[in-house]
Amino acid sequence: MKKYKNFNFIMGVILTGLVVLIAIIGCFYTPYDPDAMDAVAKNSGISMDHWMGCDNFGRDIFSRIMEGIRNTFLISLFTVAIGTIVGVLIGAVTGYFGGWLDEILMRINDALFAFPSVLLALVVISLLGTGMFRVTLALGIAFIPSFARIVRSEIKKQVTQDYVESAKLMGAGNFRIIFVHILPNILPVLLSSIMIGFNNAVLAEAGLSYLGIGVQPPDASLGRMLSEAQSFLFSMPWYALFPGTVIVIMVLGFALMAEGITQAQMK
Amino acid sequence: MEEILKVEKLNVSFAQSLKKNRKQVLTDVSLSMKKGEILGLAGESGSGKTTIAKAILGMIPIDQGTITCNARTPQMVFQDPYSSLNPAKTVSWILQEPLRMKTKETAAGRVEKVKSVLHQIGLEENLMNRKPSELSGGQRQRICIGTALMSEPELLIADEPVSALDVTIQAQVLQLLKSIHEKKQLAILFISHDLRTMYQFCDRIVILRNGQIVEEGKPSTLYASPKEEYTRLLLQSAGIR
Repeated sequence: MKKYKNFNFIMGVILTGLVVLIAIIGCFYTPYDPDAMDAVAKNSGISMDHWMGCDNFGRDIFSRIMEGIRNTFLISLFTVAIGTIVGVLIGAVTGYFGGWLDEILMRINDALFAFPSVLLALVVISLLGTGMFRVTLALGIAFIPSFARIVRSEIKKQVTQDYVESAKLMGAGNFRIIFVHILPNILPVLLSSIMIGFNNAVLAEAGLSYLGIGVQPPDASLGRMLSEAQSFLFSMPWYALFPGTVIVIMVLGFALMAEGITQAQMK
Repeated sequence: MEEILKVEKLNVSFAQSLKKNRKQVLTDVSLSMKKGEILGLAGESGSGKTTIAKAILGMIPIDQGTITCNARTPQMVFQDPYSSLNPAKTVSWILQEPLRMKTKETAAGRVEKVKSVLHQIGLEENLMNRKPSELSGGQRQRICIGTALMSEPELLIADEPVSALDVTIQAQVLQLLKSIHEKKQLAILFISHDLRTMYQFCDRIVILRNGQIVEEGKPSTLYASPKEEYTRLLLQSAGIR
């Protein structure tokens, strides 16, 4: 952990930590019910009662952001988790064993890779339907090819190293060689890809919700809030400004962490 | 003396990408080793020395021939000490791994064995928690030898174990291999292209050319009166004749 002590990584951890903290607090406490409408406070601006104002239904924007961060964060987290776990398994098996299994799986992977991940997610959503769980699953599936390709190429590099041959001579099985011997060596690259993947997942979720096929009303998500704020961009700019700023902070936090990890690897 | 390795008419070929025909790497190679013997395998780069080693250890498929290895847990020390040790693990973890695989030794027992092997290979115990990147080339090669020793092998294949090291370190590593050989009666298949080193180190030398054995014998006989022109050239290039 010592080698990660660089400005980018520390700043990234601080920004991400801040966002995660708000999301955690949002699980237990929000100043107002995020879905409660108040006709009197409708379209109201920044005030002591409503720190970030209210939306066109009179819902407290700050409370909805607290809920929205949690939803966006969870969707992104599970998206990256699905992409990483399945991607690592496919990449590890194809990279380590090679041969026909590699050919078949990687051609399927290439076919999936040919579509932009959001487009691929759109196809999956049109088959499965909308909703938080389905959006997560769709984005997760869409993220698998990129992780599989990164892991495969890294494993292929490591397989030719003598320490892998040495492990085979010691009597280590393939599973142990892949996950105990090789995987720790590709972890820095994987970690940095996870961070970038998380960023892409945040933006993809925001994009899908913006298009109206992600998180469904009345649930809040940062993308959904941006989409709803679009019509009020000039009359109440704070409605778009605050969720947008939070997305920027989230993405920036993870991007800085990824940059910090890459910097640490270069040392 | 008991024979621990017998290779008979070994043929190995490799597929060549974009070409239909396979490249013949070894042709009718036959050799044998006795318990506690140091056999040198010499030849130019690409003559098939490493291929023989890998075939003996079952790391590559063979086309024809038989390999009978009666040695317990044969091990190999690779040429490049920089890629032979797992960069993500500590010295202690690396040395313990063969024990994890082959014995039911407790963690404390494994650490004790690691300390004992570190002593045998002439390294301090304080290196245990270091990673390979924190070690010198000589220290790394000693750890590679130590890892092989953890399996208590009867046959050690040393594939150009000193060629990536400085001259002074080379002598130390060779001295270490010699002392382990004497203490444990360990048979060593010593692969090298340096005939000068082999003269002092090996009991018998086999000369390999284009995947075929061209000559073999005791170092003194081979160096004094080589039968083959190729051997003579190798000796000349090593500055011996």
